[in-house]
Amino acid sequence: MKGILKIAYKLLVNDKGKFAALLIGITFATFLMNMVTSMFAGILLKSSSTVINIGAKIWVMDPAVNTVQNSIPMPDYILDAVRSINGVRFAVPLYSGAALVRLRNGVYQSVSILGLDDASLFGRPELMQGHIEDIYSDNAFIVVKDAEFPKLGNPKIGTGFEVNDHTGVIVGIARVTTGGLFGVPTLYTTYSRAVQYLPSTRYTISYILVEPKSTGDVQHIKEQVKSMGYVALTKDEFMQKIANFYKYQTGVGTNILLMTAISFIVGLSISGQTFYTFILENLEKFGALKAIGARGYELVYMILFQTAFTSFIGYGLGIGLSTLLITIAKLRLPSYAAIITYRNLGMAFIMVLVIAGISSYIGVRKVIRIEPFDIFRG
Amino acid sequence: MAGMAVQARELVKSFGEGEAKTFAVRGVSFEAHFGEMLYIEGPSGSGKTTLLSMISGILRPDSGTVVVEDKDIWSLTSDQLADFRLNTVGFVFQDYHLFPRLTTVENVAIPLILKKLEWNESMTQAMRYLEIVGLRDRAQLPPVKLSGGEQQRVAIARAIASQPDILIFDEPTASLDGDTGRKIVDFVKKNILNENRCILIVTHDSRIFEYADRIMRMEDGEIKGVEKGGQ
Ligand SMILES: Nc1ncnc2c1ncn2[C@@H]1O[C@H](COP(=O)(O)OP(=O)(O)O)[C@@H](O)[C@H]1O
Ligand SMILES: [Mg+2]
Repeated sequence: MKGILKIAYKLLVNDKGKFAALLIGITFATFLMNMVTSMFAGILLKSSSTVINIGAKIWVMDPAVNTVQNSIPMPDYILDAVRSINGVRFAVPLYSGAALVRLRNGVYQSVSILGLDDASLFGRPELMQGHIEDIYSDNAFIVVKDAEFPKLGNPKIGTGFEVNDHTGVIVGIARVTTGGLFGVPTLYTTYSRAVQYLPSTRYTISYILVEPKSTGDVQHIKEQVKSMGYVALTKDEFMQKIANFYKYQTGVGTNILLMTAISFIVGLSISGQTFYTFILENLEKFGALKAIGARGYELVYMILFQTAFTSFIGYGLGIGLSTLLITIAKLRLPSYAAIITYRNLGMAFIMVLVIAGISSYIGVRKVIRIEPFDIFRG
Repeated sequence: MAGMAVQARELVKSFGEGEAKTFAVRGVSFEAHFGEMLYIEGPSGSGKTTLLSMISGILRPDSGTVVVEDKDIWSLTSDQLADFRLNTVGFVFQDYHLFPRLTTVENVAIPLILKKLEWNESMTQAMRYLEIVGLRDRAQLPPVKLSGGEQQRVAIARAIASQPDILIFDEPTASLDGDTGRKIVDFVKKNILNENRCILIVTHDSRIFEYADRIMRMEDGEIKGVEKGGQ
């Protein structure tokens, strides 16, 4: 068997033009699929950046909330009610909203504002410059140094600005793990200042962040919150909910699906087509092999080996290429939203297997059907 | 007379259905012996290739039997038939069917590889057969770099690599010039034929008749006569 596979290998690789075309087809398909799905994974991650950065284990919110940005304010008594649930270690409010900032040079810039619980500052970011206590001083805001930071004119500690006719001043510069999706800078302040400075409805709590006493309490907390007419989601559930919103309730998911399907079809047609001509060209030789005494299954193994070999190499090249491109893009463009996930790698792999499977099927069918007599007759 | 190599009895083969049904071979019986070079000669379309295919385990007859070395080959399973073709028969196809992407020696080694010999051993043995046909120095070239006569010799080396008892040539000189064709057949008669081997050659090239032991004339799917060949 080894010998016949070596023959198959040589038939494939020595036909440099076809082998290259096959590789290009699979590499291209893998590359596109991985790019598109990685971008989508990146977008999904960024859309949940606030959830990740704040880091609370449980988030209580209005059932109609789809994304972090579009919170629906809740009345204060809910906070007290949540605090009194058995199994809650602590529960704090979070303000999350958008505002318009007027820079010193007169330029307006929209920002997203997070107001942290005054007492605990739960969810505070890691500071690169400044001291966290300064958040309590007059008009204090902490700015996140992410890809959007320059849009505020690269502020320093002490830089002043206006928020809704109130004065603001930068007292710290912070770092977060995940940048946001919407291309606006993020400011942190206290919950009470956020409520005071920013226009709000009758209710002011965007989210209630809950720390359970133990993971065993989570279920109970969820049930209790539900009975109040709200929902309590774990961090992962909330991220999943946001992801589902983008996947199924916006055009993004459909487009990604479409792009993935297109790259799959393109890859399939290039590789399938090339493999088909490759088989056609070698068909007589396969027939001659049959006449000489090759068993049917040996020819099938040869073809399976050829497609498997090309697919694995093409897959490796495609993944390598897209990883390289994403890495370079991230170096040049810090906010570039793409992450390679094992799930996407697996998905691309399955797609490649399907391409290989269909190509082999075409080849095997041809080769199985060939009659050595037709070869003999010439 | 030497032992019986092939015994064909009442072979019939038709193609097509109903109105379009034509008989390519209509009840052919003959015998071929070890140590002889038997020609099958006749006009194009007379059923020579069809007959050869039925003898070599490639094409199943409508009726009749083929006994090779006491085996009724058309009662074998398809796997046994494949083994029969691999071990007992050697083919030299009219247009050679060499793999252009393999080297000459790899082409010759194919039957050995199919017999599951180790790669290196296959190459070593293939070299020996290339030597027999005088192409040892061409071993590493792709066959397309070789002349027509040389390719024919590569095909012969491949056919004898499995040490078959029966060698089958279909129009071996059709794509060669007269001189090369004669040389090849002369070579086959002197070096490839032996008393344990039977060679069947389909041809209508009268220039090589002199090498035949017997010439069987075919016409319209029937045998019209057998003559002694040669000088
Ligand atoms: N696969 C086939 N389908 C239909 N007719 C065939 C087929 N093979 C051979 N024939 C017919 O059988 C006859 C004998 O063909 P063949 O054995 O190739 O003749 P030869 O080798 O003597 O030239 C011809 O009339 C040919 O057209
Ligand atoms: Mg013929």
